Amino acid sequence: MADQTLPIAGTLDVTPPRRSTAMLLEWLHGWVVTVDHKRLGILYMVYGIFFLLVGGAEAIAIRIQLAWPGMHFLSPELYNEMFTMHGTTMVFLVGMTILFGFANYLVPLMIGARDMAFPRLNAFSFWMTAFGGLLLYYSFIGGFGLYGMGAAPDVGWWAYAPLTARAFSPGHATDYWALALIVAGFGTLGTAINIIATAASMRCRGMSLLRMPLFVWLMVVTSGLTLITITPLTAAQVMLLIDRYLGGHFFDTQAGGSAVVWMHFFWIFGHPEVYVLVLPAFGVASEVIPVFSRKAIFGYPAMVAASVGIAFVSLGVWAHHMFTVGMTSVGNTFFVLSTGLVGVPTGIKIFNWLATLWGGKIRFRVPMLFCLAFVIQFLCAGLTGIMLSVAPWNWQLHNSYFVIAHFHYVLVGAIVFNIFAAIYYWYPKMTGRLLDETLGKWHFWLFFIGFHLTFDTMHFVGFLGMPRSIYTYEPDRGWNTLNLWISIGGLIQGIAVLLFAWNLVHSYFKGKEAGNDPWDAWTLEWAVPSPPPPYNFAADPVVHSRRPLWDLKHPEDPDWKYEP
Amino acid sequence: MSAIPVTPVAGPWSLPSRGRVAMLSLITGESAIFTIFVVAYVFYIGKSLTPPYPQQVLDIPIFNTICLLSSSVTIWLAERQIDRGKIRLFAAWWALTIALGMIFMIGTAIEWHKLIYIDGLTIRTNLFGTTFYSLVGLHATHVVVGLIGLSLILLFTLTGHVTEEHSERIQVFALYWHFVDAVWVVVFTVVYIVGR
Repeated sequence: MADQTLPIAGTLDVTPPRRSTAMLLEWLHGWVVTVDHKRLGILYMVYGIFFLLVGGAEAIAIRIQLAWPGMHFLSPELYNEMFTMHGTTMVFLVGMTILFGFANYLVPLMIGARDMAFPRLNAFSFWMTAFGGLLLYYSFIGGFGLYGMGAAPDVGWWAYAPLTARAFSPGHATDYWALALIVAGFGTLGTAINIIATAASMRCRGMSLLRMPLFVWLMVVTSGLTLITITPLTAAQVMLLIDRYLGGHFFDTQAGGSAVVWMHFFWIFGHPEVYVLVLPAFGVASEVIPVFSRKAIFGYPAMVAASVGIAFVSLGVWAHHMFTVGMTSVGNTFFVLSTGLVGVPTGIKIFNWLATLWGGKIRFRVPMLFCLAFVIQFLCAGLTGIMLSVAPWNWQLHNSYFVIAHFHYVLVGAIVFNIFAAIYYWYPKMTGRLLDETLGKWHFWLFFIGFHLTFDTMHFVGFLGMPRSIYTYEPDRGWNTLNLWISIGGLIQGIAVLLFAWNLVHSYFKGKEAGNDPWDAWTLEWAVPSPPPPYNFAADPVVHSRRPLWDLKHPEDPDWKYEP
Repeated sequence: MSAIPVTPVAGPWSLPSRGRVAMLSLITGESAIFTIFVVAYVFYIGKSLTPPYPQQVLDIPIFNTICLLSSSVTIWLAERQIDRGKIRLFAAWWALTIALGMIFMIGTAIEWHKLIYIDGLTIRTNLFGTTFYSLVGLHATHVVVGLIGLSLILLFTLTGHVTEEHSERIQVFALYWHFVDAVWVVVFTVVYIVGR
């Protein structure tokens, strides 16, 4: 039944695909000048996955250095560069790019459009982001820092003043950091504007706001949040450059400036940034969990409201990164309470995912495994977040490995797990072939075990008082065994990611043919061939409910009968 | 095969203009940038350790402000003319808008010249100089970008490339100019009234 009604009548192009006779250079040229949202989406993802490997290698280097006390695997200078570059890379060049890549690829397909609202702006944004990444990494060979030529940024990804002042960070390693993020930030801003305009103005007939797939909703909320969070970072970095190049005094305490103002500006960006990364991950979970539970998502309007709620609350919590700075008790109390408030909308989301699973006919395929692990891990990350939001507790554990464990539980346990889920779920749509299931299960279990070995253990070294960002430690602190476990866990995760990279390449050539709709899913992207033609839909689709393909496959029991 | 379930879609299908949505999004992002600079300015009011202080050197630029704010009116009149298809009148109002914007920039240049060469205030003199030149300079940069855009459109109009059908795009661009004017109200209040 399902196979007969697919694809939607009239949406399929019947002309046979022309055999490409292009030379390699022409093929490359095609990718460079493309304005097609699907190709740009893939470029974003390839770029992000490349930097995932780079940032992962940096993490492994850090963990080898910390595996035993008194190690000299890296020099202290290189160690500082490694943790700065690891953080900056993972947040700006991996998380943002992969998630915006998915948004680029999926948002037009999901709302029945032929492209983004501004295809050329889209290409411009990608190349700006790409240039930002190159600029950041060029510092490894071209930057002139405290240690001479070849100095990468080494001031931490938060780049606290006054360490970034000319006197303490001579040379231009820090300038590479600021300029690279300003450039990449413009790219991000362009994409965010584009996604909002696409979702607002390019929807197909019948795709009302409350019929948009949750992934699209989450990307709209994320983009809105991006508009008002990336820009403060840009502003703060412009101030930093004014201080460094024009002799300004924004963060110069000797002339009456304030280093704490930088902290405020940075975290006004930095905290919502976590939500910019995690909201698209929520979007992925909200697409994958229903399809593999064979049930419609539970509480769609509540999910939308909770997403918007998270975005709003996230704008008022930044100073919980700064309890140890010494704010007034009123300030502390405000940020304790507002941070606790984040738990309410996120709790709504977790309960909705659980209710979607409840009574469902769960299929344990690889994307679903990643999403299930996400729900559990995100819950734990949320709970340690509530612990850290309590100011007195925070005073004890701030800048310890407990904090590192907490935010890696969010960034890896929630976001990276969902990125993997998304890649396993949509790879067939992008390439026409399924990723290998056995390799995928190996990847999942290795990564899952490695993740817990590393980050569960990190909570305990944090309790035992190990501070973050230290080069090495004394052997008599009682951290030795735990640190070794953490490093072994890191290596296991590294092996899992390499397996995954092999799977991506292997399945591209040898994978099982996917067909249009390998998961029996319900959103519009599965109605077009895999990979979709450049124009997506030969005829503009019309939808009547939140699950247009369900209506198509089950004309006797369509969704629109039940939806308001 | 024609299995698409048919239910009536209520009313005609209309969506907001993508240009307008995008420009409003851009303005939202820009507002955040200005907010950070304004907050920095307000926070650092009275924290300069060395002279010159604002009350000694700043004069209120009333003429400048009147020019910039009235350019919002003239661009609105230009928008109305192109909506009615009167291209010549449109070009006239549009050129007047550019002239008013230019007067504002010249006024700023004269003010900065006085501050730098007579009062000895530069961006590195003290905190006031740092915050003043960066906030007012950020706004002036936006005025310059706006003037470049306005002039390009005037050029296209004079060479006969702008017709009534471009009304929508013209209005989207005018939104940006209105935003630049509105930001001046905030900058003016903070720098010349509160901070002085």
